[in-house]
Amino acid sequence: MQEFLQQLVNGLSIGSIYALIALGYTMVYGIIKLINFAHGDMYMIGAYIGLVSVTVFKLPFFLALISTMVFTALIGILIERIAYKPLRKSTRVAALITAIGVSFFLQNIVSRIMGAKIYTFPSVLNNELYVVGGIRINSQQLVIFVTSIALMFLLQLIVQKTKIGRAMRSVAVDQDAARLMGVNVDHVITLTFAIGSSLAAAAGILVGIYYNTVNPLMGFAPGLKAFVAAVFGGIGIIPGAMIGGFSIGLIETFVSGYGSTLYKDAVVYIILILILIVKPSGLLGKNKKEKV
Amino acid sequence: MKRILALTATIVLLVSGLTACAATAEEAETIKIGLNVELTGEAAVYGTPEKLAAELAVKEINAAGGVLGKQIELVIYDTKTDTAESTSNATKLMTEDGVVAVIGAAISGTTMAAAPVANQYQVPMITPSGSNALVTNDGSAVYPFVYRACFIDPFQGLVLANFAADNLGKTKAVVLGSSSSDYAKDLAAIFSEQFAVKGGTVVATEYYTDADTDFSAILTKVQAAGEFDVIFVADYAVRAGLIIKQAREAGIVVPFVGPDGFESPDLVELAGGAANLNDVYFSTHFSALSEDQKVQDFIANYTTETGEAPSALSALAYDTVYMLKAAIEAAGEVDPVKVNTALEALKDFPGITGTISFDEWHNPVKSAIVVQLVDGVQAAATVVNP
Repeated sequence: MQEFLQQLVNGLSIGSIYALIALGYTMVYGIIKLINFAHGDMYMIGAYIGLVSVTVFKLPFFLALISTMVFTALIGILIERIAYKPLRKSTRVAALITAIGVSFFLQNIVSRIMGAKIYTFPSVLNNELYVVGGIRINSQQLVIFVTSIALMFLLQLIVQKTKIGRAMRSVAVDQDAARLMGVNVDHVITLTFAIGSSLAAAAGILVGIYYNTVNPLMGFAPGLKAFVAAVFGGIGIIPGAMIGGFSIGLIETFVSGYGSTLYKDAVVYIILILILIVKPSGLLGKNKKEKV
Repeated sequence: MKRILALTATIVLLVSGLTACAATAEEAETIKIGLNVELTGEAAVYGTPEKLAAELAVKEINAAGGVLGKQIELVIYDTKTDTAESTSNATKLMTEDGVVAVIGAAISGTTMAAAPVANQYQVPMITPSGSNALVTNDGSAVYPFVYRACFIDPFQGLVLANFAADNLGKTKAVVLGSSSSDYAKDLAAIFSEQFAVKGGTVVATEYYTDADTDFSAILTKVQAAGEFDVIFVADYAVRAGLIIKQAREAGIVVPFVGPDGFESPDLVELAGGAANLNDVYFSTHFSALSEDQKVQDFIANYTTETGEAPSALSALAYDTVYMLKAAIEAAGEVDPVKVNTALEALKDFPGITGTISFDEWHNPVKSAIVVQLVDGVQAAATVVNP
């Protein structure tokens, strides 16, 4: 029983990392229907900017988090302007391929500037250990867990309750109609990217601290997992990303814990396929009829 | 008339050719040794210290009167971390420069590329640090002219199992390793085998992939699997550090034992601070902690000569030069084939990385050094025999 509960904690802790990355993924998809494959690399960029602000500028954790989010948001805007905006009118596949291109570009530019070596993250966040009934939880796991839930609620609030959120939802439904109604579509999309990138950055810096390593390829695997998490929960749906992230974290952990680590990805993808067969739009997705 | 002219020209050419030949034979007062290592490219970090150490060894030998009364001359080429470059350098050294032996390359890939050349031209070649099992043989037959100065990867598994059982007195081991590299898989297999021979039990074996950063699930599982008193991690510092950190956080206090992959300046950071690096042991080729006078002299000379502290790679290259010196002296003449025979027969060569003899696969039979970390600092070194 104790082992089971400990594995549950382990799973929720990995799951909250996936959820954190998946939030930005699903939001960008929800608004502009772009699968932003470079999202995992924005997470990597966030980790590097966090590293520089902590080691070079000696910022305390909270300031480092804020400045990293702001700076990564600016990079996100820049990428949107340069890479995605000129393709707004082209096919979704063109944008998707471009996103993959941006992903490779970011990985390589960071390798070029920082080198391909692995950097270690100084421990700027206290890591206290709590033992509750034999179950060990540390404060970093709690910080990541709480941050991901808080950001989910914040994001949900922005999208559902604010004026800009309404503009985002209108762009998601029909860009041309939104433009006719006086919504500045370009601004909304730019803002969407800025928020998505800053969410990725928050994930990057937290994970950088948690696993204390940073490298140019660190975004690839978690980015893919987060994408799967987003699809799992229903891509475009913010609480879905959360549920997807936690589900994948738990499945992986239980497969590793009671089977073998080598099967964990296979099991995750088999379950994904099964869910998509039964419910093609994901766990929380609503089946929409295609308009013909 | 024309014919006479042509004849004279031929004779002149022949005679001058002959004298030229005679001149080189007589002037060959130096013994040429080729050095073919990585000086640029991604493996330059391995090749460069080897070049510095080889130069130091040659300088020392020459200052002490050389070999067979002749001075040694190093002919240095850069493989550029490229297999094709390594092959062509080796060919050039053996056919044009007329070296008696070649030292190189620093990594397995470039060494394996040059190995056929050594066999073809029958010039002995020693890699200081190419540790892949297939550097000196093709799996079924040994390459007659290729040797190495370092022990091979799986060998460390054997030494570490001996160390865990004999020196630490442990009987229940957990084996963790990456399934993505041969390095880890071989080490894990050999360790488990030898640990059983020593009377220990392997309580649990868990594999993961190189992409993993979270080992909490595995560690929780292992903790639930039963009691154990030592953990063997067959991997490089990148993941070993994370495993140590996460294990210590999960309340696992038993000693960690690992291969030379643990040796990294980043290990302390990766393991989440020096406090987590107590009771951690790893095997290595060379330790500055050794009290051997030869080792201390080497460290002092290398540091004054180059301005930096020597690594295991520099120590291996240094030993390689002295092994060649011993082989040339044993052969009694500067002939590659005779030097090769002498090298093959080399017995108990006293190097700074251990006492070296070659086995039938041209791998050195030597002791390994197991270093103990206390608060992340190398605190003690134990010589462990196979």
